[in-house]
Amino acid sequence: MTDLKIKIENLYKVFGANPQSMLKHIEQGISKKDMLEKHGHVLALNAINIDIPARGISVIMGLSGSGKSTLIRHINRLIEPTSGKVIIDGENILSMKKKQLLDFRRYKASMVFQNFGLHVHRTVAENAAYGLIIQGKSKNEAKKLSQKWIERVGLGGFEDHYPSQLSGGMQQRVGLARALATDAEILLMDEAFSALDPLIRTDMQDVLLDLQEELHKTIVFITHDLDEALRLGDRIAILRDGAVIQQGNPQDIIMQPANDYIADFIQDINRGRVLRIKTLMTKGKTVAGPNLVQHRTLEDALTEVASSENKACNVTDNKGEVLGSITLDQIISGLVRVKLESNTETRYH
Amino acid sequence: METILNWLTKFPALDRESLRDIKKAIDSSFRDFSREFGESLETFFEPLLWFLVGLEKLLLATPWPIIIIIIAGLAWLGSRSIKIVVGAVISFLLIGFFGMWDDTMSTLAIISVSTLVCISLGIPLGILMARSNRMQSLVTPILDIMQTIPAFVYLIPVVMLLGIGKVPGLIAVCIYAIPPVVRLTNLGIRLVDKEALEAANAFGATYKQRLFGVQIPLALPNIFAGINQTIMMALSMVVITSMIGVAGLGVPVLRSISNQYLALGLMNGLAIVALAIIFDRVSQSYGKRLQKHRVGEQHD
Ligand SMILES: Nc1ncnc2c1ncn2[C@@H]1O[C@H](COP(=O)(O)OP(=O)(O)OP(=O)(O)O)[C@@H](O)[C@H]1O
Ligand SMILES: [Mg+2]
Repeated sequence: MTDLKIKIENLYKVFGANPQSMLKHIEQGISKKDMLEKHGHVLALNAINIDIPARGISVIMGLSGSGKSTLIRHINRLIEPTSGKVIIDGENILSMKKKQLLDFRRYKASMVFQNFGLHVHRTVAENAAYGLIIQGKSKNEAKKLSQKWIERVGLGGFEDHYPSQLSGGMQQRVGLARALATDAEILLMDEAFSALDPLIRTDMQDVLLDLQEELHKTIVFITHDLDEALRLGDRIAILRDGAVIQQGNPQDIIMQPANDYIADFIQDINRGRVLRIKTLMTKGKTVAGPNLVQHRTLEDALTEVASSENKACNVTDNKGEVLGSITLDQIISGLVRVKLESNTETRYH
Repeated sequence: METILNWLTKFPALDRESLRDIKKAIDSSFRDFSREFGESLETFFEPLLWFLVGLEKLLLATPWPIIIIIIAGLAWLGSRSIKIVVGAVISFLLIGFFGMWDDTMSTLAIISVSTLVCISLGIPLGILMARSNRMQSLVTPILDIMQTIPAFVYLIPVVMLLGIGKVPGLIAVCIYAIPPVVRLTNLGIRLVDKEALEAANAFGATYKQRLFGVQIPLALPNIFAGINQTIMMALSMVVITSMIGVAGLGVPVLRSISNQYLALGLMNGLAIVALAIIFDRVSQSYGKRLQKHRVGEQHD
């Protein structure tokens, strides 16, 4: 489960007339704001180190302008870094030659875009087959291979429609089918669902989770929406002003926010629906009470724990093996937000 | 005091002598140049001349009913509109009826050839401009000059080089008419949706695959608008080219200016307008049909 797929090492990206000349200021720890005001360059990514495991959904979250799009475009080298490494399956893609890079994009990583990035002059079927055509497959073969994915994302019957004839949600299904059709192991999704209405967005999240259960791709998912991040992410990295300020599994981030900024960020989530009993349990201790499976949420487990005799339940793994136990008090304290350090604190927005 | 006043009221121009010398030097060096290279330039343009003459002869030799059928067919293919087809046929019948058939065929020939030349040079140039900003900032001012400099001014060197005739006429038309197709090709490609292009990149498309698979198809409506304008501008040059010996509807117009033949001038002028309207409607509705997928009926 935890093989390393993508390793981003000391990555810096500066936009401007002479990015290399900014490296010495970066070494001295210049802030994004100062670089823009004093030197007229944008420090878009600052000392990024992220390990992305294979076969999971890694979410990168941050507000607008935090560098999310810039970061994800380094993974398939649509953007060249100012310095740093992007190592995929042990190979630094920044040292790839042109041909190698094209093959990497054709076979190994595919991408889904915020505004879909569809080709409006191609039909649904042609869009879905695009990656395969670029791979050099014949029209017939490409069509046959992509047909399966058109159906898999629920667009059977729309093959001959043009994108402009479809709703936003359907268009993004085409984007998804196009990305899946190339059979790439890595799926890059830049705010793929952000342009969709809330209901359709939830729909698409379900589609993605469904597909992932079966495909086990390495997915890098960008979002500015915490609920989406928590819903999809096996891991979350939080980006601010081009730097990673915390990364880890969602439960840890909620339980131990690294700083006020993150605490502030997560304070409005519904903790009962996000936190799982495994996160809060006391390991190794068993109690006389009913057994609950580890991935149940606090809200979900609350009534059973409350109505149990000792106000406590055992927590088991998926096979029923007891891992530890959880008490009502633990659940209640889990439901209460982390206190912010002070009330007059500066708000980050 | 008096000298200062003098200096202020009369512009301190070069004296007549040196001015004459400068002009003479330019003229004679260009004359030398044209003596040196005029002939090889002429051979260079010879294929174009054959093509133009051949097309003109073909149009003139073809029986008029066949021409009308071909025109109706082309109008239909382009516009898919009965109204435009009928309009085109009636216009050509009237043109023939009023004795302007042969001149119209000559004009059609030079317009077609110059449009083809403009397209085959202009689209690649526009593509190059879209590819690099430096190219764009280099070519744009040249296009500006080509469009604003009075045609008579660049007719002089062209005629000095190649004499009077069809080829210099063709070149004059092309200089004037090529800018729109170049500009709109460049613009069209630059306006292609950034994400659509990025998607092509992300899937590993090469420059060629991006150009022919994404950029040009998506820029086509704009490119077509450029071609349409190019045709219109070529038509507007018909009278000027007749001054350097190009046959066509411009010749009688020119004759009526010097002889004050109102009716003759009007009739030929109207024939040019009719051609312009037909070309315009047909190419515009073709351009519109190209972007049908953008409008898109509501999905069911
Ligand atoms: N081509 C560019 N030239 C100059 N600055 C850029 C460029 N692309 C991005 N930036 C800057 O880099 C920073 C990060 O931008 P990026 O698009 O990665 O942010 P983002 O997190 O994706 O934001 P959003 O949520 O708005 O998409 C921003 O300050 C942006 O202004
Ligand atoms: Mg973005």
